[in-house]
This record gives sequence, C-alpha cells and structure tokens, in this order.
Amino acid sequence: MQKVMMGNHALSWGALLSRAEVIAAYPITPQTEVVELLSNMCADGSLKAEFIKVESEHSAMAASMGASAAGARTFTATSAQGLALMHEVLHWATGARLPIVMGNINRAMAPPWTIWTDQTDSIAQRDTGWIQIYTSSIQEILDSVIQAYKIAEQIYLPAMVVLDSFVLSHTNENCEVPDQDKVDAYLPRFENAYRLNTDKPAAFGGLTGPDWYYELRYKIERDIQKALPLFEETGKEFGEMFGRYYGLVETYKLDDADIVLVTSASIASTARPVIDQMRSEGHKVGLIRIRVFRPFPSELLRKLLSGRKKVLVVDRNISFGMSGAFYAEVKAALYNVKGRPPMWGYIAGLGGRDVPVDVIKGMIEQTMKEDHPTQDIIWIGVKR
Amino acid sequence: MRYTIPEQEIMCAGHKACQGCGAANAMRFALKALGPKTMLTLPACCWSVIDGPFPYSSVGVPLFHTAFETAAAVASGIRAGLDMRGDTETNVVAWAGDGGTFDIGIQALSGTVERNDNVIYVCYDNEAYMNTGVQRSSATPWGAVTSTTPPRHFKQERKKDMMAIMAAHGIPYTASASVAYAEDLIRKVNKAKQITGSKFLHIIAPCPPGWRSSPEITIQLARLVVQTHMFPLYEIYEGRYYKLSMDPKKKPITEYLKPQGRFRHLTEEQVAEIDRQVDERYAWLKEQAERSKPWFEAKKEKKD
Ligand code: SF4
Repeated sequence: MQKVMMGNHALSWGALLSRAEVIAAYPITPQTEVVELLSNMCADGSLKAEFIKVESEHSAMAASMGASAAGARTFTATSAQGLALMHEVLHWATGARLPIVMGNINRAMAPPWTIWTDQTDSIAQRDTGWIQIYTSSIQEILDSVIQAYKIAEQIYLPAMVVLDSFVLSHTNENCEVPDQDKVDAYLPRFENAYRLNTDKPAAFGGLTGPDWYYELRYKIERDIQKALPLFEETGKEFGEMFGRYYGLVETYKLDDADIVLVTSASIASTARPVIDQMRSEGHKVGLIRIRVFRPFPSELLRKLLSGRKKVLVVDRNISFGMSGAFYAEVKAALYNVKGRPPMWGYIAGLGGRDVPVDVIKGMIEQTMKEDHPTQDIIWIGVKR
Repeated sequence: MRYTIPEQEIMCAGHKACQGCGAANAMRFALKALGPKTMLTLPACCWSVIDGPFPYSSVGVPLFHTAFETAAAVASGIRAGLDMRGDTETNVVAWAGDGGTFDIGIQALSGTVERNDNVIYVCYDNEAYMNTGVQRSSATPWGAVTSTTPPRHFKQERKKDMMAIMAAHGIPYTASASVAYAEDLIRKVNKAKQITGSKFLHIIAPCPPGWRSSPEITIQLARLVVQTHMFPLYEIYEGRYYKLSMDPKKKPITEYLKPQGRFRHLTEEQVAEIDRQVDERYAWLKEQAERSKPWFEAKKEKKD
C-alpha cells in the first residue's frame, strides 16, 4: 500500500507493523504525532497493544523496561530533553538486556529553548549501549523500526531509530507500507528466553561485585558487535522481501571517488545532488552516509575510506571540547590504517540551521583547496 | 486462637539483612499472602542488598531490580506486558523503601496510581535512607537524628503524610501495617490482591542500626509505634473512607522513644511536641473514621 505520511507517522506505522504489544510514552515536541497516531491505532483496535500514558519520559523508559522484562514487544518515542531525562534508564535497559525499540526525533538541546534539529541529544546517549540508526527518508524510518526489532531481539539489546526534527519528522513523503503478513514472516512473534517467569523465579540486576560485573560488560560489547553483520544480513533479507536494501552505511558514487563526503541523516539527502553536480563538473567526489552509528562500522569505513585522497565529515552535532562526533569517530577508526587520507571536520546546521546545496558544495570546494586540515572544528556559516 | 498465617515460606534463609531487620520480616509476611504467582520489582533500597548478590536471590519469586525512582513505572510496565501476554493472574508488586517512595519515587508512583494501574505498591518504611548510612528522608519523623540531621539540628520537619497523598489520588485501597501485627498485615495484602486497580501499603519496618535500637526489640518497637498512636493502623477505601484497624488505648510516647538512640537527645518539651503532633493526627484520623462509618455500614448491608 502506498501512503503519503510524515516521518513521525512512519515511526507509528513501524510500531504497528512490528505488532508492538506495549507502548509507554510521554509527549514532547516534535515527537507528539508519533504517540497521537499510536493512541488512535490502539483506540480503534488496529493495534492490539497496551498504551501506558506515563507522566514523564523517565517513566516511559521505566515502564517500557517492565513490559519488555515481562516478555512483551515494547515501543516508545521521544526527543531531546525527554531523551536526556531517560538517560539513566537507557543504561538500565541495556544492562537488563531488553530489546526495546524507541524512536528519537533529533532536537537540539536547551537552553536556549529550541525545537529544531541537531543530533546532540542522541549523540549524548552513544555510551548507553543502545543501537543507533540514523535515518534519511520517511520510508527508511518505517523500515528501520522493523529491522531494529529484528536485530535487537536477536542480541537482547535496545535500539533507537533516529530522525531529524521537522526536516523528517514533519515532512510528508510517499511511503510504501509493507503488507502485514510479510512483516510477520520477517519479524515473528518474540519469545524472550529470559523474561520474568513465575515458573522459573530469578532475580534480574541484583548487586554484582567486581568478580562478575566486568564479564557482564564484556558480554554487552561482544553482543552489540554482533549487530554489525546482522545489519548486513537482515538488511539483505529485508531487501529480498520488500525490495529495499539497508546496511550499515549508504554509499553514493563512491567507486572511483578521490574526495569522499561522510555525513548522516538528512544532510546526506541534500548532499546527493551536490555530488551529481560536482561530478558533472569533472570532480571525482562520492558520498558515504553513516546509517548505523552504534555499533560503529569501523571496519567497513576503513575499507571504504583508506586510499582516498581526501575525506570531509559533516556533523550536525558538537561534542564540546572535542569536535563533531562522527568526525572524531571516523578519524579514530582510520588511525591505524596505512595510507589514511587527511580528514576535515565541518560543523553545520546546529539547532535547525538550514544546510542547503550550496553550503555543502562550499565545504567540498574548501576541502579541495587545502592540502591538510588546520583545525578539528570548521564552523560553517557561523555569525561572529 | 485460630492460626491464620500461611505456613508456606516463599522467602528463604540466607538473605543479607541486618539482625532484627523489620524490612526482612515485612517481605516474609507479605510473600506468604502474595503466594508464588507474584513478580516483584525493587528500586534502590535496603532490599536491593537484602535479597542477596548476583546470582542469588532470597525471595523465591521473579524479581526485577530497577532504578531508584522507577519502581512504580516498572510495575505498570510489567502489568501491561503480562496482560498483553494473557497473564492477568500474577500479582505485580513494587516493593520500595521510604526514600524510593516518599522522595525520589513519588512522581512515578503518582503517575501509576493516577492511572489506577493494577499493581500493589508496598512501601516498607524504616524512616530514613538506611542503605546509604542513615540520612534523613521525608519519612523521617520530627525530632529524629540521622547522619544528615545531627542532634543539634535534628529533623525539623514532620513526616510526610504518604497515606493521605495516596488517598488524594482516589485509589481503591490504601492501608498501613506493622510487622508486629502479622495477621493484620497479611489480611491487608490479601485484600490488596483481590482488588483491581492501584493498591498502596505502608508498612512500618524498624531498623536497628538506623533507629539505634537493639535487634531483639524490633517487633516490640513495631508494636509500640502502633500502641503509642505514632503509626496508627488503618485502611482507606476509594481514597475517602477511613477505617481504623485497631484503636488501642494510648501508651506513653516515651515507651516508644526511649529505647531508640535517634530520639535520645530530645528534651521533655520536645517529647511533648511529638506527643502533641501525634494526638492531633490521631484525632483527625478518628474523625475520618467516624465520618466514614455510614459508608461501611451501607456496604455491609448490601452484602447481607
Ligand atoms: S539497615 Fe535497617 S532496613 Fe537496612 S537491612 Fe539493616 S536493619 Fe534492615
């Protein structure tokens, strides 16, 4: 079925098609439409789920945790301050090994009050052990929710589907809504082998000393690494069933590219026509969109980037006192590689500042002019 | 007298509570009434230690440890998850101390009971943050010494009236209980089990290290706190109708305060001040119980 829908509703449709059984959520701009549509779906019976209308995001994640521990497929969505309020419980969900899936609409952090996009909210959660998928189209949002469950439930870790506020959350696009029976075949009902069970009483999360805590962290790291091949496998399987293929990264005109632009989310969509234009002008430029940020696809990026002439990373976030987060991580991934290319780190579009075609083109042109980057943070278009 | 306490022990030996811990008793009695078809969630509190370290547990039912301020919300989630998977029988119980209930956990608790989610919330109240070394909480009574309210600056504020806060939410059942009156406690847990919606139980649980009392008088203190009217046992139905579980002739307040080091510094006037507060509150409670009588009688008639 074809349907024109906004990014927020694509999250709701993703949860519906995944047959989420418990939804616990609190409203926050720009996420509200996600929970509004889900409430309606629950009310009209199209989604058979318990909707817990909690009193805060902190409780949204806590209730999701309880539901997931009881064995139910669980969904929630949030944004910015709400995600920050959840921070503590995000760690709990990981430590408790609960495959909760959550939509996060990237909104810049206050103060000052803002509702427009940048990635600082979700980047700040990168050490919580949640899988993070950064999407760049309405279709991908919907599909990613389904894929997220598929992976999360195999490795018993939670996953976040991330989208830009307004640029994606409130933009309408044509979207193919997959058939329910096909989704059911791809994503069967989840049977949690470690749920709370009165026939097999056990305590979860009890006090653990230095003799075992270390091992439990090791297992989380070991298992989140398993998501890397799983993204490729499940993305391929998804492609065979639904005709749309997903992986860890998306590449565009990369094969013979000397200069590679690395970015994420909706900036990548704007970058595609820039690549086309510059190619037509005779420049060998290509694009990598990092789709999966946690676990970080280091190995793949080493393969794709080593031997290139120049790499520029465009970040819509800033890790204060360091640089853009994607830039820092791409750089780190390539450090031990012989013949690693010089790398430029641009910051753009914080707090919803537009990042149009000519701005992206300007960044590539600046990179072409220089032999080596002179600083780690290159602010684009900042009013000084 | 007929023996009414279930023989079955669901909690087992080997737990990590201090000697004479009232909270350990509270769980033991509550589980007897709850039975094995029960799931517990615990926020940070003494019980997150008492239960025993990974991979052990002393409660004999599934237990989910959670963040300090989330017990009620997690219980709501477990309930919803079980309901969706067709299990409407299992009791879902949030089991928290006074800090996790009166202070940091009150927002989630208020949310859960406002939605009237079908869970039992039990606060075992030892009147301070015992697990972190006896710091004051909003459940600490006026006059008490804790490690953050030293003798020169003993707790200057009254104990928060958590029962009234729960009642104000209009939940079907709210009750106070004491580990010294096990049959009453068990009867109340049983009642809570039978009611659909949110249930709140407030159990006074003496703590020898925190109260600076000797372990062998825990039950005695849990009885005296009721007999001196400091912690009356009562029930509130539908947030409005009060019923005293017992109305003992008041014993002198000093009988309760004296054996506890946390009240040792108090002058006679200060003890009199506590007495005044206790009487004021007890009188108010009796008024509520009096006012509620017709409602209970009408209910009884209906049954007959
Ligand atoms: S500190 Fe008090 S409440 Fe905690 S285990 Fe010891 S006696 Fe029990």
